[in-house]
Amino acid sequence: MRIFASLKIAGRALRRNKMRSLLTMLGIIIGVGAVIGSVSLTSGATKQVEDQVSSLGESVITVFSGNFTSGAMRGGWGSAPTLTVEDAKAIAGLENVVAVSPEVRDREQVLAEGLNWNTQVMGESPDYPQIRNWTIARGEMFSDQDVRSLAKSAVIGQTVVDQLFPNENPVGQTIRIRNLPFLIVGVLAPKGFNLFGQDQDDTVVVPYTSHMHRITTRTFVNDILVQAANDKVIDSVQDDITDLLLARHRSKEQDFTVRNQLELMQAVTATSRAMSFLLAGVAAVSLVVGGIGIMNIMLVSVTERTREIGIRMAVGARAADILVQFLIEAVTLSAIGGSIGILGGMTFSWLVAYIKNMPTVTPFGWIAIAFISSAIIGVISGFYPAWKASKLDPIDALRYE
Amino acid sequence: MQTNLVIKLEEIHKTYHTGEVDVHAVRGVSLEILPGEFVAIMGSSGSGKSTLMNMIGALDRPTSGHYWLDGIDVSTLDRDALADIRNEKIGFVFQGFNLLARTSALENVEMPLLYNHKRIPSHEQHERATHSLELVGLGQRTDHHPNQLSGGQQQRVAIGRALVNRPSLLLADEPTGNLDSQTSIEIMGVFQKLNEQNITIIMVTHELDVARYTKRMVVLRDGKIITDEAVQNRSFAEKELQQLRQAQQAVKLAP
Repeated sequence: MRIFASLKIAGRALRRNKMRSLLTMLGIIIGVGAVIGSVSLTSGATKQVEDQVSSLGESVITVFSGNFTSGAMRGGWGSAPTLTVEDAKAIAGLENVVAVSPEVRDREQVLAEGLNWNTQVMGESPDYPQIRNWTIARGEMFSDQDVRSLAKSAVIGQTVVDQLFPNENPVGQTIRIRNLPFLIVGVLAPKGFNLFGQDQDDTVVVPYTSHMHRITTRTFVNDILVQAANDKVIDSVQDDITDLLLARHRSKEQDFTVRNQLELMQAVTATSRAMSFLLAGVAAVSLVVGGIGIMNIMLVSVTERTREIGIRMAVGARAADILVQFLIEAVTLSAIGGSIGILGGMTFSWLVAYIKNMPTVTPFGWIAIAFISSAIIGVISGFYPAWKASKLDPIDALRYE
Repeated sequence: MQTNLVIKLEEIHKTYHTGEVDVHAVRGVSLEILPGEFVAIMGSSGSGKSTLMNMIGALDRPTSGHYWLDGIDVSTLDRDALADIRNEKIGFVFQGFNLLARTSALENVEMPLLYNHKRIPSHEQHERATHSLELVGLGQRTDHHPNQLSGGQQQRVAIGRALVNRPSLLLADEPTGNLDSQTSIEIMGVFQKLNEQNITIIMVTHELDVARYTKRMVVLRDGKIITDEAVQNRSFAEKELQQLRQAQQAVKLAP
């Protein structure tokens, strides 16, 4: 087969009818463009959500205490006192557990040199920054020794820094919580808002022992943060924790809940997967419509060029040469249409991302799929017209007016 | 069979089955053509000359009989093989020129080379096409499109295209039918010049004036050959053109 010659002929034929070629491609251009554009934007949004989920920490399992029930009132997760520091220590001894932090939470009025701020005060272990995948911007995290000695040391978030120490380095300064002076040993790096719109930097972290014995008087923790060695063992670690706590609590009913990050991630990605299927449906419909447009124009083109086909056959073109010539024309149309659509869609998503300040992701997989399927559409829609052309009788074709 | 014949037709019949009536377009034609001949096939419309021409041109197959072209029995070949024969052995010139519109003269002439089963490098395609156009006296107009050329020039491009694959046979179907008388003579001059270079030419025409430029006249009637003889009083294009020019100068039509 003389593919190169056929390519040359197809290129000439398309260039001869620029406007028509463009209009023929329009269906494919719009279809592919719309899909690539919207996929870029939705996967950008999905990526943003995924980043937020993973900012909660990697391979993190959270153990919530059970719900507190008083009469008909049920308190919700974390309200019943069922989890203890001893539970946390037992979990730390499990296989594939790399970090554990018993967590107690409370809102407190925090004072510093004439300024004050109401913020979340968290009691945590020194593993907390590691579990939450959070770095210390200045100073350092409090130590295990601080936990043992119920030290009055604190690590504060950026929002608290902005509110209480607008113009100075807070490390080494003192804040007062319930009139107790806490020494600031470190500042957490800014983390921004979480999935639920809460400012994660609006926080003060103190050793959980200090929190439980100095600020509040609690014997139970709200929840326990556990980090597994990796995502693969996360399910088995979760099962181990459940078994361990059931044994320790000797209760018939499970008075705690275990959740992991992957479950949250899956809930989020399920939405975006549904969106992707929807887009794939739109893409399929628009490609079929584009393909019908190409088939229509190719049929017109074959009829118009019957005489040309006759001439080519008279000078020695075989049926296969004619078939390939028209097929290549159709595929060229749809492939160029697909490429223009891809470029257009990407430009569109970049523009929207730029104007609306939204994240965008270049969906390379979708681009490949869009390009390949538009080429396939070209083959399918070009085949019938090309076959019709190749079956023409040279004598009849030459006489065609 | 003798291999030095360009064409040997043996009892060629062609019958069309149109509806209930069978049309016998060609009924038993036998013909031998030697290399270097210049033959006119004549006949009124309906005489079967176009049908015969299509079969000689390997565009159609006879219902019965045999046709050898250059020693190959063409009457038994399939569609693809016929296409290859048309490409390599036959050059076509049509009444309506049949050039591709919006395509330069050079590209028109190159077209048969695209379908040659040997891959011809594009610089060689260029050279051969240019050479072909020089043969027909159009060496300077290679990049003109058909609509920028006169009828005579278009027919020259068509002849150049017919020659580009160096065929054993040049087949012309009413080549002067769309041309004025002076241009017709010029085109016949081109054919005579090519024939002098030993190219075999078969031309279908119904004009006696035009047939006089050939060497041999075959007349068909009702699908049969009724006369086949050498041309007496052969016309020569060069001489005719000269006379025409003198006549035009006499009335100040030409400088």
